[in-house]
Amino acid sequence: MLESRPEILSLIETSQEYGWVLEPDAKRVFSLAGLEVPRFTVAKTLDEAILFAQATGYPVVAKVVSPRIVHKSDVGGVVAGIPDDKHLSEVFRRFQVMDGFLGVLVEEMVPGIELIAGAKIDLQFGPMILLGMGGTGVEIYRDVCLKMAPLAARDVEGMITGLKAHKLLEGYRGAEPVSKEKLTETLISFSSLVMALEDRIESIDINPLFCSSSRCVAADARIMLKKRA
Amino acid sequence: MDLKPLFEPQSMAVFGVSSSNDRHPANEIFNKNRLRYPVRVYGVNPRGGTLNGETIYRGISEIPEQVDLAVIAVRADLVPEVLSGCIEAQARCAAIISGGFKEVGRQDLQDRITDMAREAALPFVGPNCLGIYVPSHVDTFFLPSERMVKPLIGNVSFVSQSGGILVDHLIKFAQEGIGLSKAVSIGNKALIGELDLLAFLSDDPATRVIAFYVEGFGRNEGREFVLKAGACGKPVIVLKSGKSPGGSRAVSSHTASLAGDYASFSAALSQYGIVEAKNDLELVSFCESLSAYPKPIEGRVGIVSVSGGHGAMAVDACALQGIQVPTLTESVQEQLRKGLNPSAQGIASLTNPIDLTGSGVDDDFVNTAKTLFSLDEIDCVLALLLPYIPGITSDLGAKLSSVAKQYGKPLIAYVPRVDKYDMLIEGLELNGSPVSPSIEGAVLMVEALRRNRPC
Repeated sequence: MLESRPEILSLIETSQEYGWVLEPDAKRVFSLAGLEVPRFTVAKTLDEAILFAQATGYPVVAKVVSPRIVHKSDVGGVVAGIPDDKHLSEVFRRFQVMDGFLGVLVEEMVPGIELIAGAKIDLQFGPMILLGMGGTGVEIYRDVCLKMAPLAARDVEGMITGLKAHKLLEGYRGAEPVSKEKLTETLISFSSLVMALEDRIESIDINPLFCSSSRCVAADARIMLKKRA
Repeated sequence: MDLKPLFEPQSMAVFGVSSSNDRHPANEIFNKNRLRYPVRVYGVNPRGGTLNGETIYRGISEIPEQVDLAVIAVRADLVPEVLSGCIEAQARCAAIISGGFKEVGRQDLQDRITDMAREAALPFVGPNCLGIYVPSHVDTFFLPSERMVKPLIGNVSFVSQSGGILVDHLIKFAQEGIGLSKAVSIGNKALIGELDLLAFLSDDPATRVIAFYVEGFGRNEGREFVLKAGACGKPVIVLKSGKSPGGSRAVSSHTASLAGDYASFSAALSQYGIVEAKNDLELVSFCESLSAYPKPIEGRVGIVSVSGGHGAMAVDACALQGIQVPTLTESVQEQLRKGLNPSAQGIASLTNPIDLTGSGVDDDFVNTAKTLFSLDEIDCVLALLLPYIPGITSDLGAKLSSVAKQYGKPLIAYVPRVDKYDMLIEGLELNGSPVSPSIEGAVLMVEALRRNRPC
C-alpha cells in the first residue's frame, strides 16, 4: 500500500465535485505516488507565469486550468514550445477568457519519445494498465499492450516487447534508447497508485509520457473519477 | 460445495416426466439414463402413474433412497416448489433444465431459487441449460440419444454457457478423435459458474484439459478466473463470444477507448497463460493438442513432408503465428541425408521444411523424426503425411508416434481425413499424437502448445 495514500485521497476528495482531477492536482497525485512530472507552476497572473518561465528557461508549455475543460487540446488550451515572454503573454491572455478559467499551468518542455500509459477499472477484470505509443495518432495506430494490475517487472518487460513499435524504444537507427529501468519503475509505481485508487477512479490517461535514456516524465495527467452512487 | 454427485450420481430423480406426453424432455432424460447409464433413475410427477412400466413417484419424499442428482425439467413457476422438496429430502445436487428465468426477464424467480439453494447448500447448474454429460456415467441432455454424436471417452472437459455450442463441439470432438471427460452446460449460471467448475475440474484426475465457452463474466469474476486458471496446473482454453462492442459508448479517455471489454479480456487471459481460442477451429485444435501435450513449448518447429508445397504452406502458417522454423546446419542436413533410402537421398530437400519427395518411405520419416527430435533447436515436429504416396504405409502413424514418445517431444501431424486413411490416423491419435485434417489446423495445434504459458 502506498505510504502517501491519505494525501492522495484528500486530493481526490477535493476533486470529486468535478468528476475528474484537475491537471495540477493530478500531477501532485503522481508525484506522491513516485512518478516523475515536469517542473511546473499554476500561475494566476501573467507575472507569475513569466517569472516561472524565466527561472525554468524557455521554451515552456502552457495549459489552461479549468474544471469545465477536460479535453484541453480540443479547445486550443495547450500550447507547447513557447519561446519567450511575448508569446507567453499572448497565450495567457487567450486562456484567461476560457470557460471556468482558474489559472495557467506553465511547465518545462521534456524531451523523449512520446508514449501513453493508462489505467481503467474493467468490470470483469478490475484494474488494467495500458502502455502504448503516444501522440495524436494513438487511437489510429492502436499500438498498445494491456495487462492486469498489479504489475511485476516481467509484466512490464512483456508490455514493452509486445508493442509493434518496440524497436523505436531500443535506439532505432542510432537514436538514444529509452531507459527500460525508468520505464519499468514508472509503470510499477503507476500500477501501485491504480491499485490504491481502484475504488475511486474510472480511468487514468498519462498522455504523453515522455521517455528518454535518463527520464520518464508524465507530461499530462487526466484522472477520471468514479461517480458516487 | 461437493460437485461429485453431479458428475457421478448413483441415484437420480427426473422431475417432470409425463405418462401422457412421451415427447416431454424429462421423458427423454429418464429413458436414456434408465437404459444406458449406471445410475438408479426415478421419475417424478405429482400426478403419478407409470412410464414404460415404471412407477412415477408423486414426490421426491416417496423415493426410497437419497437422491444424488435431481434433474428438474418442469415449468419455471413450478421450480421453487420442486426445489424446496429436493432440499427437504436432502438431494445432493441438481440440474435445472427449465427455461423461463433471467433470460426472459424473470430475475426475481431466478433469485428466489438461487437464494433457496444457497441457503440449503444444494448446488445446482442452470437454469436454462442442458446440464451434464459424462460418458458412461450420466446424461441430462434432453436430446434423443440417436441424434447425439458422442466423442470417445478422454481427458478434455468442456464447460459452456451455451448448450448448442456445447453439443456442436461434441460432434467436432468426435470427428477429430478428441476424448471427452465431462461436458457441462451452465446456462444462466445462477449458482454454479465457471469458477466453481474450474475448481472442481482442476482437482479432477480424469480431466487434463479444461475448455470454456464464455459469453461474459460478472464483476471482477474474470480477474478471479484468470488468477485461478493460471495457477491450476492444467491447460485452460477459453472461447469468447461477444467480442464486438455493443453500440458506441461515450468514452472519456484514450485508455478506456483502447482497452475495451474484449481487449481487456484477451490481455488478461494471455497474461496468465490461459489459451484463448479465437474461433471454433482454434478451440478444437487446441483441445486436441493440449490433451496430448499439456507442457508448453517455445515454438521451434521441424517440418517434414513429401511435398514442397505442403512444407511451404506450413511455413507460411507458422510465420503468421510467430512460430519459428529454424534453419538446419550443414552437418545436421548431412546426418539427415544418411538416414534416407537411396532414391530419396539425391533429391530430398533437407533444409527446414524438409521435403522427402515422392520417393520417401516410412523409414525416411522415422529416421528424419529421430534426428529432428534429438536437436536442441527443435522443440516440436510437424509431419505432413500424404498417404497417397506409394512409399507410405498405414503403419507410419504408429511408428512415428512411438518415436515421439521415445524423445518426449510433441509430434503433430496433418493427414487428409478420409475413411481409407483411418488406420494411419488412428495409429497417431490413439498413441497420443494429435492429427489435423488441415495444415492450418496442425499449425494451430503447435500454436496451442506455445500459447499455453504466460506472456
